[in-house]
Amino acid sequence: MSAVVKLHDIHKSFGSVEVLKGVSFEIAKGEVVAIIGRSGSGKSTALRCINRLETIQSGTLEVCGHRIDNEAVDLRALRQDVGMVFQSYNLFPHLTVEENITLAPRRVKKLANRDARALALESLQRVGLAEKIDAYPEQLSGGQQQRVAIARSLAMQPKVMLFDEVTSALDPQLTGEVLRVMETLARGGMTMVVVTHEMAFARRVANRVIFMHQGKVWETGPGDMLADPKTPELRDFISNGL
Amino acid sequence: MGGSFTVNHLIYLLQGMMWTVVLSALAFALGGVAGFGVMLMRTARTRLLRQISFVYVQLIQGTPLLIVLFVVYFGLGVVGIELPPLLAAGVSLMVYSSAFLGEIWRGCVEAVPRTQWEASECLALTRWQTLVDVILPQAARIATPPTVGFLVQVMKSTSLASVVGFVELTRAAQVVNNSLFTPFLVFGIAGVLYFALCYPLSRWSRSLERKLNVGRRQAA
Ligand SMILES: Nc1ncnc2c1ncn2[C@@H]1O[C@H](COP(=O)(O)OP(=O)(O)OP(=O)(O)O)[C@@H](O)[C@H]1O
Ligand SMILES: [Mg+2]
Repeated sequence: MSAVVKLHDIHKSFGSVEVLKGVSFEIAKGEVVAIIGRSGSGKSTALRCINRLETIQSGTLEVCGHRIDNEAVDLRALRQDVGMVFQSYNLFPHLTVEENITLAPRRVKKLANRDARALALESLQRVGLAEKIDAYPEQLSGGQQQRVAIARSLAMQPKVMLFDEVTSALDPQLTGEVLRVMETLARGGMTMVVVTHEMAFARRVANRVIFMHQGKVWETGPGDMLADPKTPELRDFISNGL
Repeated sequence: MGGSFTVNHLIYLLQGMMWTVVLSALAFALGGVAGFGVMLMRTARTRLLRQISFVYVQLIQGTPLLIVLFVVYFGLGVVGIELPPLLAAGVSLMVYSSAFLGEIWRGCVEAVPRTQWEASECLALTRWQTLVDVILPQAARIATPPTVGFLVQVMKSTSLASVVGFVELTRAAQVVNNSLFTPFLVFGIAGVLYFALCYPLSRWSRSLERKLNVGRRQAA
């Protein structure tokens, strides 16, 4: 299998603070990778480098054939291949669910207006929210908003999807519905990079877990590694929770 | 002596009032277009554009409108460009409004959370598409009350056009008073007419603001 995402020796600093200190990993097509680690260990930063929301200082980074460390990278082509879902949903509050989902396909992929509704419906069915197509974001629960955000990203037919603690802002009883949607996506063959604090999800759904610590990939392995940590830091992280 | 205040005097004042409205509308329309440009430059990615527009805004905001008016009317007159008073006043107010509206609108654009830009960027929308489809509709909501509020300022500022001989409401009142010598009555009436123009706008601005706050509370 070919790697869709390749990070090699990535260094990233904010000002004088080095946040990523030589991060390397590869993600194959169809693979689901969970990134775990303490707050401040650089998980979000690593994820945001993958679709170039952050620029790196050194290292090589290739995503879906786009060389992201290259200044001349076609960002719009990259963003069509890489979807992203945020902790805070970031839906467009002035647009309906349908408009939220179809805005980018209409503007970027020149989807005809008459086909827009069908696309919105299809995407919403994948997250089980077809009946909310005409609602506004503020009329939805947090879990529903996050599922719409996933549908919005799916509608662009990305090759890779990035998730940054997408359930962290949700009440515990609402995280389940979002995790189930993500699990279905994973089973459907989507390539996913998931930053999460949900250890059970990481274990059950991820093909591989990456434990980040102090800006480095500290330990990596299949979901089972969480039951048998090699490094004291991972052991400590698992037993002390977040 | 001048005689008493007649219907003809009132009609003359009302005509002046009409020109006040025309000048306000002109200033606001031109100033709005220019102010939109200022806002775009103030929020641009290119540093030079931001710097140029910053200096422009500082310069205009730090200069009395009357001086701008003198520069445009008398200054341009000296170099051979003679603008009619309406146009000179319109241009001056445009310059003045563009700086203030540009700043008001920049604030509103920046009040939209950065994450909205980020989410749009991740969906491959261009900067311009993001601005038009995502940011401006949200910014416009916040911008409406202060914009209408500023319109009241513009309306009152048009009285300065009287100094270059443009017969708007204030100038009309001066003319009437010069023949009647009843300043309390004449300028009192002019004041009432200004109030009649501005008060509804102020009320509207405040009710828009209240609605906005209610909307916010519901969304939260
Ligand atoms: N835009 C920024 N400017 C300056 N420092 C930043 C910025 N973003 C992140 N950092 C710093 O980089 C470090 C890593 O942050 P990052 O958000 O990647 O951590 P994280 O592992 O995602 O943590 P969390 O679990 O809290 O989300 C932190 O020390 C953080 O303060
Ligand atoms: Mg994070």
